[in-house]
Amino acid sequence: MSGDHIGPAATLAAQVRHLEGLLEQRGLVDATELDRALEAFLSGSSPANGARLVARAWLDEEFRSRLLADATVALPELGLSMGGGLQEQRLKVVENTEDSHNVIVCTLCSCYPIALLGPSPTWYKSEAYRSRVVRDPRGVLREFGFVLGPAAAINVWDSSAESRYMVLPRRPAGSEDADEQSLAARVTRNGLIGVAPV
Amino acid sequence: MAERFGPGDRVQASRTDPPYHTRLPRYARGAIGTVMERQGRYPLPDRSARSLPAEPEPVYAVRFTARELFGAGDHTVTVDLWESYLRPAALEGNR
Repeated sequence: MSGDHIGPAATLAAQVRHLEGLLEQRGLVDATELDRALEAFLSGSSPANGARLVARAWLDEEFRSRLLADATVALPELGLSMGGGLQEQRLKVVENTEDSHNVIVCTLCSCYPIALLGPSPTWYKSEAYRSRVVRDPRGVLREFGFVLGPAAAINVWDSSAESRYMVLPRRPAGSEDADEQSLAARVTRNGLIGVAPV
Repeated sequence: MAERFGPGDRVQASRTDPPYHTRLPRYARGAIGTVMERQGRYPLPDRSARSLPAEPEPVYAVRFTARELFGAGDHTVTVDLWESYLRPAALEGNR
């Protein structure tokens, strides 16, 4: 039963609200407590965090090596962490090269490195993306307007356990003189998922 | 419990379709792949989701070819799998 997370988001939201209501009614949680926890979690979550990691990796070869070897240990160097949720998750960064491209998905539900990418886009959670990107990644990328050369091998990463993935895109051509901040500004959330070049 | 597998090992995913929560995706069932890395130890969700005691067990990133999974395609899919979902591919007879 790996496909039991399906169903319209609206139904799920209604169920969550119902459960929340019951918990509050019985005095098990305080409504403001839940809001505070969510706010604290989301306030630091943004794709700008992932973009900072990428820009630093493009400029600093040693940081790039550490990030690829053990991302969870490299994050604190930029004041970042995977925490904020219920548990600190392991991060794995996968690097795009001239002949190898990476795409992230969670086919079972919607696992995603929220701390580094912000809340996930709706399409990432859609049945269509989750079921199709593992079978036909090249076709799905094309629908995002991203035509990958035939020479590039595609690796799809299905976050089916406790690790979360982020893509390290290729540095854009012609960006040799750019500083860290302007490099980070060129990195998009979709690039960090692997459905855009950068 | 020592890790049963390491990088480079060929493994086969279980074919069982259990009547409870599992995190072995359906499309990977029965497929043979290669262990890429060890990811640490985590409680098996098949047990923890049913409130059964679940000792942390090794989880591996296992890479499958699209051809193995879907019969077509030139890409790979890497799936994170608990040790209980895997067996050595060499010991598997008829598939």
